[in-house]
Amino acid sequence: MQHTISVIVENDFGVLSRVATLFSGRGFNIDSLSVAPTNEDGLSRMTIVTRGDAQILEQINKQLNKLIDVLKVLDFSDGSAVERELALIKVSAEDDARAEVLRVVDIFRAKIIDVTPRSYTIEATGNPIKIDAILELLRPLGLKEVVRTGSVAIGRGAKGWNG
Amino acid sequence: MKMNGARIILECLKKEGVDTVFGYPGGTVINLYDELYNFKAINHILPRHEQAGTHAADGYARATGRVGVAIATSGPGATNTVTGIATAYMDSIPMVIITGQVPTALIGNDAFQEVDIIGITRPCTKHSFLIRDVKDIAMTMKKAFYIARSGRPGPVLVDFPKDVQMAMGEFHYPETVEIRSYKPNLSGHPRQVEKAVAMILDSRRPVMYVGGGAVLGDAAEPLTLLARTLSIPVTTTLMGLGSFPESDPNSLGMLGMHGSYCANMAMTNSDLIIAIGARFDDRVTGKLSTFAPHAKIIHIDVDPTSIKKNVRVDLPIVGDVKDVLTKMIKQVEKSGDKQAEFTAALAPWHADISGWKEKHPIGYKQSSTIIKPQFVIQKLRELSDDDAIISTDVGQHQMWTAQFFKFNKPRTLLTSGGLGTMGFGLPAAMGAQAAFPERQVITICGDGGIQMNIQEMATLVQNRLPVKIVILNNNFLGMVRQWQELFFDKRYSSTCMELPIDYIKLADAYGAKGFLATKPGDVESVIKKGFKEKGPVIMEFKIAREEKVLPMVPAGASLNEMVLNA
Repeated sequence: MQHTISVIVENDFGVLSRVATLFSGRGFNIDSLSVAPTNEDGLSRMTIVTRGDAQILEQINKQLNKLIDVLKVLDFSDGSAVERELALIKVSAEDDARAEVLRVVDIFRAKIIDVTPRSYTIEATGNPIKIDAILELLRPLGLKEVVRTGSVAIGRGAKGWNG
Repeated sequence: MKMNGARIILECLKKEGVDTVFGYPGGTVINLYDELYNFKAINHILPRHEQAGTHAADGYARATGRVGVAIATSGPGATNTVTGIATAYMDSIPMVIITGQVPTALIGNDAFQEVDIIGITRPCTKHSFLIRDVKDIAMTMKKAFYIARSGRPGPVLVDFPKDVQMAMGEFHYPETVEIRSYKPNLSGHPRQVEKAVAMILDSRRPVMYVGGGAVLGDAAEPLTLLARTLSIPVTTTLMGLGSFPESDPNSLGMLGMHGSYCANMAMTNSDLIIAIGARFDDRVTGKLSTFAPHAKIIHIDVDPTSIKKNVRVDLPIVGDVKDVLTKMIKQVEKSGDKQAEFTAALAPWHADISGWKEKHPIGYKQSSTIIKPQFVIQKLRELSDDDAIISTDVGQHQMWTAQFFKFNKPRTLLTSGGLGTMGFGLPAAMGAQAAFPERQVITICGDGGIQMNIQEMATLVQNRLPVKIVILNNNFLGMVRQWQELFFDKRYSSTCMELPIDYIKLADAYGAKGFLATKPGDVESVIKKGFKEKGPVIMEFKIAREEKVLPMVPAGASLNEMVLNA
């Protein structure tokens, strides 16, 4: 089962390494990882998509909390969050295929950000499942290159992670 | 007052109450050592290998409860500390290790004697710091010590570049330290405590399973009081030995892979396990699917990650063990009649336990011609001081010490449990002796482990540390040999060390004394002679070559499927 976890960390030297080492050292999966500073001074936020059963997830949460630089672990496994991902997709498109690509882009409300006579580069944002879907539809047309950011997630409602 | 970074770090150590450090000089710590030259407040002991220096700081910390401090230079000096750091990490020992580092401008440049020691030790330190500015030294050291000793203790590494040591700065030690992302929960929740006591008073076959956390948390007193008040049998892990007096009739001794029959049977047949500062390690549980099938589990620990990691827990209590046990005692006092009712109802359980103790007590076959290692341990117990500190190395002798010595006080057994590091015994004893110059400190080693840090004989003699070194010599790597005998048809692959070493000559080469016992009749006199020596001494005992540690729970077997005779 896939889980999305957000980890609020002190932006100190080596903290990304510590979290990554924790996962690899204990055999936990990292399906994707995204990290950037937050609005709060000195704090960064890591979003990790991992896999495992309930017992493994509990261990991951506890081991993350144990790290000195980790301030808070947010577990978004219960649907209480909005999750988004961005993908840049370069697809080959010639003759009839070009119209098909434009149709898919329109259906998914994505954008064309680069164009040549033989290709389109598309920017798509949405829930990771939507990104998977657009990739599946474009695959038969010829995917040249795909760059995904990995998920980020934010809790629903008025409260921030800190209350 | 303006001073250089090297001096600042020493002033920080002084503020933290550090009086002893174990360190080895080198290019990137030469400034630190120059400041140490006249620094009266700190006693510096030079080992002969950085690994031994870290084990010594570890032994110092285990014996005193204070933070052990080790210093090493960059590159090979730092990498030599890794085994010592990992040893401390696995047993949760409070330590601060200061490593020199190349100047900040050269970091990442493959400079001479440069290693990314923070990267290398990331998985085996509680935390680490790289000091980039002289202004950060004081706060970093304050944080390092706070992290090392609080919550679940552990080793903290501080990497200290040469140019920062040379830079000038003001020394001002912060009054307080607060880390917003690190706030260990030390206070047990009162409602959990209430529920725990209720569960205990409802049980009929309870067992207290006590680990290293009870020693680290200085909880021996409330633990003993609670166990005696309610008359609950107590078993400890290797790391918990001494936290409950083994002389008490309610002591079951050590449990686990080489634990006693009665302890393992009690755990397997119990209806309530009260786990205190222990982590249900694989050496203790045996096959998890058949572990304690009828027992509810109360788990008291300061570290939430230990709880529910291996076994399902019915009542977790996160908090400092001393705090939680003290609260439990107060709660028991409020229970009135229920208490007497409970202790009376335990009679059948106590009868079962006595039965198990009688059926298969820990024992061995004595011999009149060959020295048995267990006999040496018993004699050591008989003839040593009541408050002697014992360190062991790793292997069969370590298990025999745990089974036969009988520990009654906490912090009297220093042994590498989690990592099982050979070469630990001698330097750990060195650290303990430096902490307690007046107490008797004995290290019990095998002929394998003693060779790993034998160079520390020089440190003992130079610093007048009168450690008593017991070598149980069977010319084998005993524990591996035992497994090869039991599971590999006695194919003793690379475990036989036939070369006879004259330990008396070796001791003499370092300026120490040595004694040799070859027959059972020699044992008592050799021990007495050794103990009388004012300086460090080696006492070698030629023991039976193919003795086994029993009972044994083989790998993959259940805790109650012990091999009792083989």
